[in-house]
Amino acid sequence: MATLEIKDLHVSVETEDGPKEILKGVNLTIKDGETHAIMGPNGSGKSTLAYTISGHPKYTVTSGSITLDGVDVLEMSVDERARAGLFLAMQYPVEVPGVSVSNFLRTAKTAIDGEAPKLRTWVKDVNAAMDRVKMDTAFASRNVNEGFSGGEKKRHEIVQLELLDPKVAVLDETDSGLDIDALKIVSEGVNRFKENGDKGVLLITHYTRILRYITPDFVHVFVNGQVAEEGGPELADELEANGYDKYVSAAV
Amino acid sequence: MGLDVSSHLHPVGSFDLADHPVPTGMEEIWRFTPLKRLRGLHDSAPFADGAVVLKSEAAPGVVVEHLAADAVVRGTSGLVPTDRVSARAWEAATGVTLVRVPAEAVVEATTVLRHVGTGADTAGAAHTVIVAEKFSKATVVLDFEGTAVLADNIEIVLEDGAELTVVSLQDWADDAVHHSTQHAKIGRDATLKHVSVSFGGDVVRHDATAEYDGPGGSVEMLGMYFADEGQHIEHRLFVDHTAPKTRSNVVYKGALQGEGAHAVWIGNVLIRKVAEGIETYEENRNLILTDGCQADSVPNLEIETGEIEGAGHASATGRFDDNQLFYLRSRGIEEAEARRLVVHGFFNDLIGKIGVESLEDKLRETVEAELAKNVLR
Ligand SMILES: Nc1ncnc2c1ncn2[C@@H]1O[C@H](COP(=O)(O)OP(=O)(O)OP(=O)(O)O)[C@@H](O)[C@H]1O
Ligand SMILES: [Mg+2]
Repeated sequence: MATLEIKDLHVSVETEDGPKEILKGVNLTIKDGETHAIMGPNGSGKSTLAYTISGHPKYTVTSGSITLDGVDVLEMSVDERARAGLFLAMQYPVEVPGVSVSNFLRTAKTAIDGEAPKLRTWVKDVNAAMDRVKMDTAFASRNVNEGFSGGEKKRHEIVQLELLDPKVAVLDETDSGLDIDALKIVSEGVNRFKENGDKGVLLITHYTRILRYITPDFVHVFVNGQVAEEGGPELADELEANGYDKYVSAAV
Repeated sequence: MGLDVSSHLHPVGSFDLADHPVPTGMEEIWRFTPLKRLRGLHDSAPFADGAVVLKSEAAPGVVVEHLAADAVVRGTSGLVPTDRVSARAWEAATGVTLVRVPAEAVVEATTVLRHVGTGADTAGAAHTVIVAEKFSKATVVLDFEGTAVLADNIEIVLEDGAELTVVSLQDWADDAVHHSTQHAKIGRDATLKHVSVSFGGDVVRHDATAEYDGPGGSVEMLGMYFADEGQHIEHRLFVDHTAPKTRSNVVYKGALQGEGAHAVWIGNVLIRKVAEGIETYEENRNLILTDGCQADSVPNLEIETGEIEGAGHASATGRFDDNQLFYLRSRGIEEAEARRLVVHGFFNDLIGKIGVESLEDKLRETVEAELAKNVLR
């Protein structure tokens, strides 16, 4: 049970010419069990929204609010947000040299649960999660994301999603850079996560392709830092046919 | 960093102390070193015996001997002092510790020379020669602990086909001063792994140099250091490619924390005209953990022949990577723990490369202990 509520969110980043506003009043409510797709052209602010929800230090919230079950998320540190049940699958997962995947996963699981996972079942769980996304278990001894292909990085994000089992998952272009087989594997992972309970999913994507495998309850068109239109799954089909042109020209 | 092509990589050495005037600090080789804190090693501080107590544990098959200062083995590495401290230590050493790995002996166990400093009141001078005879294989660890003011010359001789790992582990107490000159001569097809690990000490300045005695030789120089508040750790490396088809690979990594922590890394590589077909790479990375630290990192590559396989260098000094910390924290890992992971990760590959199993745990524990001072506080 979890509701993520974003109200009139304004976010800016620091640039050489001073602060630049990227998000210009975003309103979005994700109730438990709901999957929301956010679609929008490059540079419209989708990743900015994702990072802001997670608390990346680069982004400054100038006004508005984000709450999880009524609790102020903006007051929380990055790791507190994760422990509160938020998860971000990143568009560009970060390499962490010298830190093995297995050490990373165990440390994260321990942090989220507040206690170390049982050693015997944990190793099995990790191997099973990797198996499910067709990641060789040899990846466990490699350094986090180091030298991973784009597709391997995305699968690794899904492994984390399944093992850490958050309340609300924000997936930032988890579909980009995936071939069709990998896209299916990753989508199945997200669907398994959803079946685990009343999970909220915010699925950010540039293309409609992934929506054939993960059915959204709502689709939001994101343009120039705002939600320009909202609808059901049929809105995705319309975007598929007509693209973003009509929204982009309207925004200019 | 661009290539430094000015020719200052041909130091001319001398055994005659008169050729080494007292440095003023303006000299290229002294400009980073806090001379005032050298306890007169660079000037005329008297030397006395007993500044360090040597406890040696020779691995079976390895011979450790204590010889008179005029032993013929002295100087066989080609070491000729290029600075006053080394020249003074050469003159003052009253004996020579010889570690000899007999020809074709393959020794799995580690030979340890434990140097325990007995106090910083008087300065000590020491001389060590490590000889790996033809086709032998061994690991020698020089361990320095306690407190002392020590100037030493350490010679490393690899005969043809020998494979030797030498680890110099500076685990000194906070007030120790150590100036070490370590020179290696690498025979035909021989392989040296030289490792320098510096944690303790007030001033630690190490010159590690290597030259080749025939083609096919290979040297790997690995270094790991943790400079704390007020600490000066300086590594000056020089690989002189004096023979064709030789290889060198230098990787030094350090972390700095606390007001006045200062690390200096000078990585000199000279590729002589005869040294065709060689391959060299050198790298220095510094991780700055707090404000008030300084890292100087100067790679120099001088190439006298165009006929080489490859030559490169990298030098980077930076703080924690925000994106790495964010990624870890976005998985629920608290900030201090995320920093801890990143620092361990920074050193991990290097510790693995050192390849001395008995040292690995100790090094990781030392990293942990160092982290406790600032990062985990
Ligand atoms: N430091 C910065 N300085 C200036 N502009 C910035 C800075 N950081 C981000 N932006 C701008 O913010 C806008 C939104 O970027 P964001 O990454 O959120 O877009 P996106 O919708 O995720 O795009 P994509 O589909 O390419 O992933 C872009 O126009 C980007 O150039
Ligand atoms: Mg994006």
